[in-house]
Amino acid sequence: MTGPGRIVTGVLAPHPPHLVYAANPPQNEPRSSRAGAWKGLLEGYEKLRARLTAREFDVVVVHTPHWKTTVGHHFLGIPRCKGLSVDPIFPNLFRFQFDLPVDVELGEAICAEAAAGGLVTKMMRNPDFRLDYGTITSNYLSLGHFETPIVAISSNRVYFDYSNEAGDREMLALGAATRRAIEKLGKRALLLATCSLSHRHFTQEPADPEDPAFEHPYNANQTRWDDHILSLMRNGETRRIVDEMPDFIEGCVSETRDGALTWMIGAMGFPTIPAIVHGYGTVIGTGNAIVEWDLS
Amino acid sequence: MSGSLIGGYVLPNKPHPLLAPEQNAGWAELREAMEECGREIARSDADLLLIFSTRWTSIIGHQFQADPEPDWWEVDDDFHEYGTLRYKLRMDAPFAERWCAAARARGLHTRTVAYRGFPIDVGTVAALKLLNPDNRIPAGVVSCNMYSDRAETIVLGKATRDAVEQSGRKAIAVAVTSFSNRMFTEWIDPADDRIHSPKDDEWNRKFLELLGEGRLEDVSQLAREFTRQANGDSKMKALWWLAATMGQHNDYAGSVRAYAPIWGTGAAVVGLVPAPGRAGNLEYDEDDTDHYRGEREVLAQQPS
Ligand SMILES: [Fe+2]
Repeated sequence: MTGPGRIVTGVLAPHPPHLVYAANPPQNEPRSSRAGAWKGLLEGYEKLRARLTAREFDVVVVHTPHWKTTVGHHFLGIPRCKGLSVDPIFPNLFRFQFDLPVDVELGEAICAEAAAGGLVTKMMRNPDFRLDYGTITSNYLSLGHFETPIVAISSNRVYFDYSNEAGDREMLALGAATRRAIEKLGKRALLLATCSLSHRHFTQEPADPEDPAFEHPYNANQTRWDDHILSLMRNGETRRIVDEMPDFIEGCVSETRDGALTWMIGAMGFPTIPAIVHGYGTVIGTGNAIVEWDLS
Repeated sequence: MSGSLIGGYVLPNKPHPLLAPEQNAGWAELREAMEECGREIARSDADLLLIFSTRWTSIIGHQFQADPEPDWWEVDDDFHEYGTLRYKLRMDAPFAERWCAAARARGLHTRTVAYRGFPIDVGTVAALKLLNPDNRIPAGVVSCNMYSDRAETIVLGKATRDAVEQSGRKAIAVAVTSFSNRMFTEWIDPADDRIHSPKDDEWNRKFLELLGEGRLEDVSQLAREFTRQANGDSKMKALWWLAATMGQHNDYAGSVRAYAPIWGTGAAVVGLVPAPGRAGNLEYDEDDTDHYRGEREVLAQQPS
């Protein structure tokens, strides 16, 4: 670890297991047909990886919608996560052997900062805990390897239990705590907010899930919302994104309701630099964008 | 020979009665009631347990567990400190295929799943471990589609009944669900657990009163109102499914075996046995759907 701790890069890194499936890595058991759906997103992730390879990170901090907690914000507190992850939603696509080092020290530091800021928190110490597929998928797609230690933060259900506004307030506080801990420990961090934008899925799947003829947005409303949010990202209007977040969530059942994007914007301190949109496309009808904030 | 549904149960969907009964008298009562239901099932001539669990959510239609011997473990997202749920269960794989086909015949998008390491949800594991500890009776489990509403769930229940009747089996249907589903969002001393609010408690008790009178279809018809008033678990889809599976009427002998909070939510153990002629004066307001016609590509409310 060299230099002062800081967030080097923040990435909106969606986690459809479809993208890992289409890439056919040796860790994933199912084999794809390579029929060609999701090409734009796969190319977007390629562009992202090429840029991230040139930077040095001590840690990847992921906020994931697929570790859902109602009682506070939870942090991975075991030194290594290893095992088989079978996606309960798309088990036909994702049965993945994973093995990742965990930065428990930073997880504990964020947990302590968040608790000091008044949030309910918990360290997760059960060695049998299975890492969620959102964390695995976004980490793999963003870096192409699992060598950098991770911190995984659960998605607290505050948006669902209280309101979108309450959720945003809480995620901004969690983001600020994340930033303080990273700076205190002197870590160079890559943040991953792993979520889709519009998030209404089709509830049916074609015989070949990778059939490009099937893949399209759920409806035009979803695309309009995604276009709008992406234009705000390109224009550096992160404050406005958070202002409009409750409407965005209601308007297109966005997966940002799980808090990841607001958390990351809060951690990055509402950056006004233009974000780089590496790719946008739909997966089973949901809108997904790969977006980078280069703070280096 | 035509098969039949010989009974039904409603059971909690959280792991506390299984993993930590010593921490709260209510959790222990729920566990004891579930074990008693298990003994009752053992005394019956049931040869199949069919579960709908709100903890197994799906997006692509409905999934049916078809691994004959799932042997894995699960750790609760919130309550990981309470330990690991290790399981070795017995599923009826041929019945899962039949069930899946019956649902497809009614227009539902379906598939069976049988993968090593597939995470069986904590609600199903807790239910099967306490109801059927020695795996004497094979089970079937279907997922809860997060976008489905009443019509689709009723169709799934009818398909469940179709499959049982075609199979000649004597089945018991089990809805694994919370009632009011507002959890405390802070760490509490388990000994201090209580229903989150008096209003949730009152609605739970009203629902349980109806179930105690065997009025399952009335409960199904009231599910939307219950969800609005008491933050019902997953729109109370499990009760829609149970009511449709058991034949859409009120003629049951019902008994509420336990009712207690689990981390603020309403948890109950309820038994239902068909008892013709028991209740009358039905008032059916909701539509009764026989087939699912597929995707509409419009947005409604947030999924649950
Ligand atoms: Fe997701």
